[in-house]
Amino acid sequence: MTVAKPLPHESARLHVTGTARYTDDVPAPTGCLHLAFGVAEVARGRLDALDVSAVRAASGVVAVFTADDLDPMPDCSPSLHDEPLLCTGEIHYAGQPLYLVVAESHLDARRAARLHRAEVTEGAPLLTIEDALAAESWFDGGPRVWTDGDVEAALAAAPHVVTGQIEMGGQEHFYLEGQAALALPSEAGEMHVLTSTQHPTEIQHKVADALGVPMHAVRSEVRRMGGGFGGKESQGNALAVACAVAARATGRACRMRYDRDDDFVVTGKRHDFRIAYEVGHDDAGRVLGVKFRHWTRCGWAQDLSLPVADRAMLHADNAYDIPAMSIESWRLRTNTQSATAFRGFGGPQGMLGIERVMDHVAYVVGRDPLEVRRLNFYADAEDDRTGNGRTHYGQDVSDFCLNALVDRLADTSDYAARRARVAEWNADNPVLKRGIALTPVKFGISFTLTHLNQAGALVHVYADGSVHLNHGGTEMGQGLHSKVAQVAAGRFGCDPARIKVTATDTGKVPNTSATAASSGADLNGMAVKAACDTIRDRIATFLAETHQADPASVVFAGDAVRVGGESYPFEKAATMAYAGRVPLSSTGFYATPEISWDREAGRGRPFYYFAYGAACSEVVIDTLTGENRILRADILHDAGASLNPALDLGQVEGGFVQGAGWLTTEELVWDERGRLRTHAPSTYKIPCASDVPEVFNVDLWAGANREETIYRSKAVGEPPFMHGISVLMALSDAIAACGDGYPALDAPATAERVLGAVRAIS
Amino acid sequence: MDIPFRLNGEDTRATTDDPTTTLLDWLRESRGLTGTKEGCNEGDCGACSVIVTGPDGVPKALNACILFLPQLAGKAVRTVEGLAGPDGTLHPVQQAMVDEHGSQCGFCTPGFVTTMAAAHARGATDHADQIAGNLCRCTGYAPILRAAEEAARAPVPDQMSEAPVCASHILGSDHRHPQTADDLADWYIDNPDATLVAGATDVGLWVTKQFRPLGKLAFLAGCDDLKGIEITEDEISIGAMCDMETLRHAIAPHFASFAELLRRYGSVQVRNAATLGGNIANGSPIGDSPPPLIALGATLHLRRGDDRRSMPLEDYFLDYGKQDRQPGEFVERVTIPRQSDALVCHKLSKRFDQDISAVCGAFNLTVEDKTVTAARVAFGGMAGTPKRAPATEAALVDQPFTLETLERAAKSLAKDFTPLSDMRASADYRLRAAEGMLRRLASNAPSVLEVRP
Repeated sequence: MTVAKPLPHESARLHVTGTARYTDDVPAPTGCLHLAFGVAEVARGRLDALDVSAVRAASGVVAVFTADDLDPMPDCSPSLHDEPLLCTGEIHYAGQPLYLVVAESHLDARRAARLHRAEVTEGAPLLTIEDALAAESWFDGGPRVWTDGDVEAALAAAPHVVTGQIEMGGQEHFYLEGQAALALPSEAGEMHVLTSTQHPTEIQHKVADALGVPMHAVRSEVRRMGGGFGGKESQGNALAVACAVAARATGRACRMRYDRDDDFVVTGKRHDFRIAYEVGHDDAGRVLGVKFRHWTRCGWAQDLSLPVADRAMLHADNAYDIPAMSIESWRLRTNTQSATAFRGFGGPQGMLGIERVMDHVAYVVGRDPLEVRRLNFYADAEDDRTGNGRTHYGQDVSDFCLNALVDRLADTSDYAARRARVAEWNADNPVLKRGIALTPVKFGISFTLTHLNQAGALVHVYADGSVHLNHGGTEMGQGLHSKVAQVAAGRFGCDPARIKVTATDTGKVPNTSATAASSGADLNGMAVKAACDTIRDRIATFLAETHQADPASVVFAGDAVRVGGESYPFEKAATMAYAGRVPLSSTGFYATPEISWDREAGRGRPFYYFAYGAACSEVVIDTLTGENRILRADILHDAGASLNPALDLGQVEGGFVQGAGWLTTEELVWDERGRLRTHAPSTYKIPCASDVPEVFNVDLWAGANREETIYRSKAVGEPPFMHGISVLMALSDAIAACGDGYPALDAPATAERVLGAVRAIS
Repeated sequence: MDIPFRLNGEDTRATTDDPTTTLLDWLRESRGLTGTKEGCNEGDCGACSVIVTGPDGVPKALNACILFLPQLAGKAVRTVEGLAGPDGTLHPVQQAMVDEHGSQCGFCTPGFVTTMAAAHARGATDHADQIAGNLCRCTGYAPILRAAEEAARAPVPDQMSEAPVCASHILGSDHRHPQTADDLADWYIDNPDATLVAGATDVGLWVTKQFRPLGKLAFLAGCDDLKGIEITEDEISIGAMCDMETLRHAIAPHFASFAELLRRYGSVQVRNAATLGGNIANGSPIGDSPPPLIALGATLHLRRGDDRRSMPLEDYFLDYGKQDRQPGEFVERVTIPRQSDALVCHKLSKRFDQDISAVCGAFNLTVEDKTVTAARVAFGGMAGTPKRAPATEAALVDQPFTLETLERAAKSLAKDFTPLSDMRASADYRLRAAEGMLRRLASNAPSVLEVRP
């Protein structure tokens, strides 16, 4: 069986030999032009005049487009049509594109894009949560409020009430491949666009709108991305639209890539959040009711902020069965980059809120935080005594497994003994303190916008037995193409080497959803299965007829087809079917069943199922400098019946490190004028190799999905990211050893924040 | 100009009008070798790493994005496309990366495999240090480290041995390519506005990020007589063109903490290019070599034509962006007086590896009979220049070497420094952390980097 094997990534050999092509590696057609944006240097103001004469006169410049040259102004927004390609008068953030340079080379374009003179009436930018609230600057018409149970009564009746708040910073995606696009003009106004995007259909749609042509006139393609993480769900629109507009105007191919600093300054990042809580609990630490308030800075445009903020609310319970909860969520419009999708899509922020609550409550009642967490867990699905829990939005938690999973991890990570050793160490060491924490993850799988939960595939079996496989998902490193190829090989019982997954292409599979929400393999795997099964059944029917056998008796296995006592190599079966005039091409389609969601009411079943996991991290801090390190991490993660354990372990390891980076070293700093000061890897620090814990044990939980997903697997892209929360909680634990008082550690917990928290309580 | 070097085993010449054309752009745009990637265009992510072998035959990883073509004259360059054997057999590092699932999106992978192949050829097994200059956003590094360990067991394939390159002379250049310090001195006195290019780890960014016009250039790569380290009974003399990786290893037996600081200076790729002279001459307040050198009482030796002068290193740094250097004058070498090793360096940054210091402290205390008899304390990141801490030193000298003394001295730091707040750290934190570094001298607690699980 091909499925469940730890096969290498389908492009691994291309990766290591440098022959895997990314968007900017595609050879430029003769005469290809290169684009760059000239951007705003102030965060808010009125663009009174823009002089681009020096830009036009610069070496290599072919054309310059300002807002005056584009009517109508193309829009790049994935939601509200509030993102003009170029500034139309109002400057909304420092980094906003003001004009577009078209030049003979990338360097010519970049050089010229600094030569404009802008006359700007500068306004006071709205940068902070306070700024935005004071100016009543928000999206969604005000706060969104969901209430479950009688929270006020629960708080009033609770033996203890604790209040607090946590700030958590945003995060730059830092995909290693920056944003890139290439537009190739074709006949009759058609455009072929290659983009580094998670959402080729959105690119097709935005380019068609910009050019004023039907979607059929635009073909959008992506073979692979050099990382996405949500940062290429909508942020590639501007480049693709710019290339298409310039390609139409010049009749020449146009390509664009952001230099890394531009990528930081122009594109959106993870939403930063402030979460305040008021929690009622008993002496044991059982939480009886929580009132949350979320504030998030969405930046200048709406982009995907509403569903991000929704998902933060949807994960405010994480793994805990809380009798009464209310959440008030403010989506603030600020003069900063438009915050966007990023792995977890608000889930991590919402989850960190409740994990902070558990940590704080444990501190107050003087118990091990893990005991308090367990006390508040939902019941496991197998536990018939208690029945299923229900989330604060009304979904039954019918597949919970964290009681058992956490028991196992606590055992394999030797949690109890190590907690005791940490306490001993801390008693003996005045300067260095250790901390340990074990935190759970429950993450909802499905797009909350229900109609996005659909996918298509297109499969051809050629007469030589080779298989061309295409589907609506995109490859950004997660191994989606490898997994769907394994599914196809499994359905055909053939050698996976026969399967070629080709570039995602809106001309092959239409109306695709973004490869996002961890849904890629769930949705596209099922669509591929449907397409393969159609062809397989046709071959089976044909061969059964020719052998006077029952179609159900035809077996596809071992790279061969067995029928009526005969066994044909797969390619022979394909050749015979072709000669027998059997159609060997099929589409496949899938729509996730059973989900429904009323966003207004905040009720329903938005998720088909939940993915689970837990992580135990141990850290050490230096109480004189705040320096800190992860010493050990143990993770147990639920990927259902894994389609490819090697790829899934890779997602878990990588997700944890990325999550830990978010909460420790990755700090975005804007100055008082709203300019992003951390705009390159020299100043923005993602984890590097030595930040990986010396002991790093990662394992998959053995258990099939209770829902009928593709081979009973579970989505694995986003959920492991939140294992990074264990690192922040371990740091908090270490700081708590330095004095009296709850550390109330904010994120990212840089050395500076750790030292500040140590000093605050010692 | 016409620059001869070897590319993936074949002699080649790069022709360019622009002396600051980077190897990365040339590979991708002129040669269609798109395996080498642009990730940051400033030498901080390693996606553009290539292997460069000079006359010493030692393969070194370098960042092609800030490597100008004239720096390559006479050297052999190997890119990711040239790693596999002639029959297509993958290099052991490539094979191990496939076997260990070391690539996900694959974009950083060419840079990793070239960096790892260079380390593999040198037999280096400090894998995390070797790849500290390569960022990966997908894997979390664990499988890459496993691949490095796996590959270490395999022999170095033949293609990694580069035969000497025949030609090294650049033809048709309007710029200067001195081969000796004398040659440079003669020319620079007549061309004092020229830009000196040593390792280009700083100048590279003036080009790739700032588009700064550089005027006439002198490429110093050929000045072998500026690269050496001489150790006599009295002093350690380091040539200005000594690269940081060479310095790191040479200094280790003498000043262990300095070497550990240099381990965290940039990355292998940056240290292979960056020079001591460059790190001092550019006057940066956050360069990591001046604080320890000042604490060690180092002397800076400047040369202008045939005139030479020397000064205590701290005197070179006059103010932010202002150094005591005359037009046409250049850093020739640095000398450190031999002494027993009492130096303690403390580099504070958001990330341990390949990060610019928020604060870099260097402490050289002489303690006799439990009394501090001499103290040289210097900091980077605390002022507009690398700077000594006279009030703090005074509070230490002739005092018993105790925590109380250090705590008292720590209070003097505020007299010595008025640090700034920026994206790396706040002024308050800089001061508190500097105090912590001082107090830490009385503790036998190891660095958090030395704590084992």
